Amino acid sequence: MNKPLRRIAIFCGLLVLALLIRDNWIQYVQADELRTDKANRRVTIERYGTPRGNIIVDGKAITGSKETSGTDFKFKRTYTNGPMWAPVTGYASQAFGANQLESIEDGILTGNDDRLFFRNTLDMLTGKEREGGNVVTTLNAAAQKAAYEGLKDRGKGAVVALEPSTGKILALASFPSYDPSSFAGNSTTTDSKAWTKLQKKNNPDDPMLNRALREVYPPGSTFKVVTAAAALEHGLYTDADAKTDSPDPWVMEGTTTKLPNEGNIPCKNATLRVALKFSCNTVFGKVGSDLGNDKMLETAKKFGFTEEQFTPTRTSASVFSDDMNPSQTALSSIGQFNTAATPLQMAMVASAVANNGTLMKPYMIDELQTNNLDAIEKTDPEEMSKPLSAENAQKLQSMMETVVEDGTGKNAQISGVKVGGKTGTAQHGVDNSENPYAWFISYAKLDDGSAPVAVAVVVEDQNAVRDDISGGGLAAPIAKSVMEAVIKSKK
Amino acid sequence: MSSTTNSPTHHTSTIGAIGAPSRRNTELVLLAFAVVIPVFAYANVGLAMNDEVPAGLLGYGLGLGLLAGIGHLAVRKFAPYADPLMLPLATLLNGLGLVVIWRLDQSKRLSNYADAAPRQLLYSALGVALLVAVLIFLKDHRVLQRYTYISMAGALFLLILPLVPGLGANIYGAKIWINIPGLGTVQPGEFAKIVLAVFFAGYLMVKRDALALASRRFMGLYLPRGRDLGPILVVWVISILILVFETDLGTSLLFFGMFVIMLYVATERTSWIVFGLLMSAVGAVGVASFEPHIQTRVQAWLDPAREFQLSRAGVQDGILHSEQAMQALWAFGSGGTLGTGLGQGNSDLIGFAANSDFILATFGEELGLAGVMAILLLYGLIVERGVRTALAARDPFGKLLAVGLSGAFALQVFVVAGGVMGLIPLTGMTLPFVAYGGSSVIANWALIGILLRISDTARRPAPAPAPNPDAEMTQVVRP
Repeated sequence: MNKPLRRIAIFCGLLVLALLIRDNWIQYVQADELRTDKANRRVTIERYGTPRGNIIVDGKAITGSKETSGTDFKFKRTYTNGPMWAPVTGYASQAFGANQLESIEDGILTGNDDRLFFRNTLDMLTGKEREGGNVVTTLNAAAQKAAYEGLKDRGKGAVVALEPSTGKILALASFPSYDPSSFAGNSTTTDSKAWTKLQKKNNPDDPMLNRALREVYPPGSTFKVVTAAAALEHGLYTDADAKTDSPDPWVMEGTTTKLPNEGNIPCKNATLRVALKFSCNTVFGKVGSDLGNDKMLETAKKFGFTEEQFTPTRTSASVFSDDMNPSQTALSSIGQFNTAATPLQMAMVASAVANNGTLMKPYMIDELQTNNLDAIEKTDPEEMSKPLSAENAQKLQSMMETVVEDGTGKNAQISGVKVGGKTGTAQHGVDNSENPYAWFISYAKLDDGSAPVAVAVVVEDQNAVRDDISGGGLAAPIAKSVMEAVIKSKK
Repeated sequence: MSSTTNSPTHHTSTIGAIGAPSRRNTELVLLAFAVVIPVFAYANVGLAMNDEVPAGLLGYGLGLGLLAGIGHLAVRKFAPYADPLMLPLATLLNGLGLVVIWRLDQSKRLSNYADAAPRQLLYSALGVALLVAVLIFLKDHRVLQRYTYISMAGALFLLILPLVPGLGANIYGAKIWINIPGLGTVQPGEFAKIVLAVFFAGYLMVKRDALALASRRFMGLYLPRGRDLGPILVVWVISILILVFETDLGTSLLFFGMFVIMLYVATERTSWIVFGLLMSAVGAVGVASFEPHIQTRVQAWLDPAREFQLSRAGVQDGILHSEQAMQALWAFGSGGTLGTGLGQGNSDLIGFAANSDFILATFGEELGLAGVMAILLLYGLIVERGVRTALAARDPFGKLLAVGLSGAFALQVFVVAGGVMGLIPLTGMTLPFVAYGGSSVIANWALIGILLRISDTARRPAPAPAPNPDAEMTQVVRP
């Protein structure tokens, strides 16, 4: 009987071996995946086990941590002026996870990041409790306040302000917004209720949508800035003040449809400057059609269209199609048809023009710090592309300045400051039945030639009379107050 | 059937180390380690959870030391040549189990466990008492052979008990407990395991020649005759019935697996293994196709994450969705290579049965891969010592009984550890010695007792030849 016994011994050995292999699989190979699985409650327990680091604007924390009596989660996130800052911070909720900066920089905020390892080890040796590091943002509190208050007075929409020379995001507002404090805990009564109420299916306004980064709108006439840049860059026209070859009315190539202008405006063979000032559809439609899909797309891409940006919060990709016939290209070139842009995208357009043609990569994290304010990592401004030459950029600047001086953008004038801008009114809905989006993009230039701020504002669905809506009337005043806030804080 | 007691044992096998040292002192040294390691672990838990050396440390250390000491003295007195490893291994596992149960007692999430550890210490004491009783009263394991058919009846009785109305208790879908007023719940299956092994060993010893030799060759396999298939069919049907009526996949697999192992050892016919595998596959798939409880377990095994979601969402589709499989995996994964340290993990998130069926997950999280591998190797050692005992045993009954018990032990460890680690579908079984549960601890101490008895018999030096009275007489009359 000993031969089968030896085999049974081997069999039992194999059983144990199988267990050992399985154990290595789950505790070594898959360990990290299981440990960091979002549904694994330990992730949340750890995240809220120590006071979370803060997100900082202008040297002041816009977040905080409050000690609670819960078993699992010792600390709860709090937010100062939550709705205003929600598009920047995102939320960190014990019950519902985290998003945006709270999620992207979770490692720093909780203190788990490898870059904090040395400090954590020191803390452990000296018996100090682990604390998270801070995330210092590029935002400007005054500009953010101006943006948010402006939207609040006028309706749904978003504002993005950039510093053209660096790409720093100065303001990032979305309205309607939500207070991330309202569901930061894990109470099934208060927090869950607040969360459910904010979900899109229960709230048609979708307050948790970050309109500044994650919503694409048809940009309307503001896109004509991109079209003008394409015309200059590709050499279709070289002089802002030379007559263009633009019949009015203009029948789109390959169709019998006339592209209309809004109102009775002097668009026939208008110069680029005049065309931008009056927002001539015929002129820019024809520019797009003449350049063709490929060249328009090339310029649009240089401004950042068709790609997601990482600020580091991910944005939606703005759209400019690559398979259009001339008439579709014409419509796209005046910001209609398929063209769609995030507010950040349009701010990048204004910013590139203001920065003499150089587009800086937009970012909102200036620095990551340890809890005692030592820098761990500082973001350096990074050039993203050069959509147009300095010379052409200056031509475009003077055109945009004309728009504000005596065109559709007069509402954005600031005394003592040179402002360049472009209005837009984008139609949407079936047969344009719904209220249009009011757009305004602009930048401000100081006497020393520096441009401290570029802004994009979009206001949707204002309940006012349709005719009253224009970028100049609704959006420009918000842009103006944001620019003023930035200029004032610079002084 | 017990007439073999006086047969000359030195003819049957040469494997038993005749004249081998008793190794009792080795056992004593190992036992010291087996007591000291859990005592340190106990202190570790207290320091980690309450920042102080636990007040009960002395009591715990003395308790465990006393149990080990009594066990050792009993072995020294009544089974001096027994295997020196088994008692220390079992003591170590029992001690570590107590530590982790005590650690889970203090979990804020599991308020209902509060005093499981003292009770488990009591059960362990009962277990060691039973071990001592086995060593004292079972002078020779071959005595058990007399009770072959009584064992069969006893095993069946034990297995049917949980189905008796008013006595059985259905706990989370498995009906393997009986309720004894005043005593709590008992899992008769744990004891049935040992009793069945006795029956199988006795039965197979008698029938093995018929089963082994009367067979036809077919496609390279020796097929047994129809009438010889009887017993395996009966056992198969019984395990299927257990599966259906008690919805206990683990026990069913355990009994059937044990029988196939013993059958194979008795007959030396590989065909039995093939038959066994085929039949268990057919049985398992067949029952799973109409038993929702088993289906859920399989689903939870294939996709634990989904089962977790369903459980969280509170889906009510007539099936009990459980997040435990996923929670156990997270516990293992979060432990990583070295673990969080005792008392510092969150394995109590598993909730119900965290200190019994799922106790290995706590080892996984708090002692890490290193700790679990060590535990698994300890089990491997017990099993291999058991099989070694079977090899050394000089009588077929002893061989069969030892291999049956060791094999069942190995299968039980595999089924429960594999289930908790997601290697196979989860079945409600307890990890021997470590998991909380009186029946399991007591039965496994008894199992070790029997193995110790067999190994003592196997390793005992052959008795000196009895002085031959005739020789004496002859001398007297020599001229």
